[in-house]
Parts: sequence; structure tokens; C-alpha cells
Amino acid sequence: MTETLLNAAGHGLVLVGLLFFLAGSLGLLRFPDIYARLHALTKAHNLGLGLLCSGLALQASALSEAAKMMLVWLLVLIASGIGATLVASTANTCGIVPRQVSRRIRHKRPREPKE
Amino acid sequence: MTLAQWSFDLLLAGGLLWLGWQALFEKRRFSAVVHFMAFNLLMALVWVRLSAPDIALAEAAIGAGVTGALLLTALGRLPSGTSSGAHPHRWHPHWRYLAVISACISTAWLIAVVPQLPSPGLAGEIEAVMPATGVDHAVTAVLLNIRALDTLLEVAVMLAAVVLVWSLGPTLRPLPPATILPGLPALSRLLHPLFLLVPTYLLWRGTHAPGGAFPAGAVLGAGGVLMLLADEVGWMQRQHWQRLLRLLLVSGLALFVLVGLGGLLMTGTFLSIPLGVARLLIMAVEIAMALSIALMLMALYLYGEPGQ
Repeated sequence: MTETLLNAAGHGLVLVGLLFFLAGSLGLLRFPDIYARLHALTKAHNLGLGLLCSGLALQASALSEAAKMMLVWLLVLIASGIGATLVASTANTCGIVPRQVSRRIRHKRPREPKE
Repeated sequence: MTLAQWSFDLLLAGGLLWLGWQALFEKRRFSAVVHFMAFNLLMALVWVRLSAPDIALAEAAIGAGVTGALLLTALGRLPSGTSSGAHPHRWHPHWRYLAVISACISTAWLIAVVPQLPSPGLAGEIEAVMPATGVDHAVTAVLLNIRALDTLLEVAVMLAAVVLVWSLGPTLRPLPPATILPGLPALSRLLHPLFLLVPTYLLWRGTHAPGGAFPAGAVLGAGGVLMLLADEVGWMQRQHWQRLLRLLLVSGLALFVLVGLGGLLMTGTFLSIPLGVARLLIMAVEIAMALSIALMLMALYLYGEPGQ
């Protein structure tokens, strides 16, 4: 009984996680500049990965396996958080201006870097 | 095999082909490198599907991690204006036809030959000699005992590559960081204990399960490259440490050759390891090789001879 419940909950979490991945990928493709795209990657994808890992951990056969799943999530959180900071600060140093839309002045969309 | 597995495999194969095409023919070099890294990650998945986790580990660590970092850094050092390569549209038509025809012929030949391969391969024969190798994992037995010469030569090739890179000139000092990025040293410091723990585990695992010197060395080397990027490996540049650095670089190969010569003395065949000491010797060679491989990957990343 418990196993069926855990399995069902695991499948549900994986499905919700996939939705977050889908949304994040859509954002990566559609968002206007590098900073907004980083948001899509770091927020949506990390949450999606968390849900995915928790879903798989619920279905794991042993506690150690579940712990490994959560470790994967923790490591990716650290790496992607710091990686996103690095990308953003490098982009800032290279002179890429974040896109700002105010009510009065609509700045032109910042030019994408060629490389 | 279920439908889901079939479609996953097809998706993998299609993705590999597309990424390979992009990596080869993408005009912008940066994009080509990123496609190449993605190709290697997908390739690691393919190895997992072929139930070869050993190769998957090495592929992910060396192919995507270390090679990707090397290529990206090399790209960063290229003079500006060279960010685009030649597009195949500009190739001479003769070469284009030749490439297409040879690709078709080799594909057809592969399709014709694959069904003739002996099935299930050499697994049975290896199983038969396993007790005489001193280890419990078939891949380790093949790499370090049955076909030890291949592994020995692989490490020799890597060492030759390091010598070649170092002979090009003195080390290029790390790129001046475009901005003060406190994240990079923090990341390398946070993750480094894991970069030490995982290779140790892989080495210990190598005797009875997927693991061993190459994945361990690759993971250790990847951690080292991260430290190099954060400019925290000052000792490799210092005059004082040069002798030790070179000694460690050759230690894997040297120990391997010594074991081989010992085998020659004791049994009359180069690289044949007597069963009594096989387990201990293979473990020692694996540890020395993992250290050497990690240092070699870092040494390649210096782009020149340190201590000059």
C-alpha cells in the first residue's frame, strides 16, 4: 500500500518537474536577453531538477539511493548558482546592458553579442 | 525491447548525428565547441544504454569536461576576428562529392559487417581466464592484465602529448580575469573535497565494479583544471616543485613499465603478472596512473612548460 502511494507520488513529482523543465527551456528560447535567460535556466530548471530528483528518490529502493539523488540536486544547485553568477558578471563586464522596459522610455532591445 | 526504449534509442542516435553535424560544420567556432561538448554528453548516455558505464564515466569526464574546457580556453586565446571557420559550402565540389561517397560506402560496409561480428563477443573467453588475473571486474582485468600493453601505450601517448605541448614554449599565464569573480575560487574550494573523494571511490571500486584509473584520473584532473582556472595551483609554476611535478607525471608509466619488467624477470613474458601479487600490483599501478593522468590533464591545460 505504502509502496503504491510512494510510487504514485514519485510519478507525480517527476511529471511536475518535467513541466518546469519545459517552461525553463521555453524561456531559454524566447526570453529577450542573456540575464532573463539565466533566470529561466537557474530558477525553472533547478526547481524542475529538484522535483525530478525527489520523485526518483521516492521510488528508490534504498535510503542510500534516495540520498544520492538528493546529492545530485544539491551539487547542481551549487554549480549552476555560481555558474550563472559567473556568466552574468562576465556578460556585464563585456558591456551587455540588461534590457529595461519603463513606461516612458522604451529602450531598444540590446544587441546580442555576436559570439 | 519496449517501444519506449526503441524511441529513446532512436532519439539518441538522431541527436548524436545532428550534434555531430553541427560540431563539424557550424561556422561559428564557439557554437561548434558547445555542440561538441553536448555531443560528448549524449555519447556518454549512449554508452550507458550499451551497458558500458566505465566508458560512459570516462567519456563524460574527458570528452565533455576536460576537452570542452581545453577547447573553450583555446578559443578564448584566439585573436579576435578568427571566431568563424570555413563553411563546407565553400569547399571544392570534388571534395564534397568525395566526402559524401566515402561516408555512404563506410556506412554500408558497417551495416554489412555488424551482423557478422561474433556474438556474444569475447566475454566467454575473458570469463574463463578471470581467476588468473587477480581482479574481479572484467574491464579492469582486460585493461590492466590481459591487454595491459594497450593501456601502457595509451598512457605513453598521453605523456608524449604533454611533452609536445610543453615543448611549444613557456606557460601562458592564466587569462587575466575579465572581472573580479569571487564565485570561481569559491566553487573550486567548495567542490574540491568531492573532487578528491570521488576518484578515491572510483579507484577502490575499480577492482570489482565499473571504475578504475581512467575515470578516477579524469575526475581528479577536471577538479584540477577548475583549480587552475581559479589560479590556485601556484606550485605547478614554481621552480622548487618542477622536479617533483615531472616525477609524478611519469610515475604512472614508470611503475607500469617496472611491473612489466618484473613480470619479464619472474615469468619470462613482458607484462605478465604472477597471480600471487597481481591484485596488489594492479592496485598500485592504478593509483599511480590515476595521479599521472590527472596531472597530465592539468599539464596540458598549462599550454606550455611551467617554471620558465
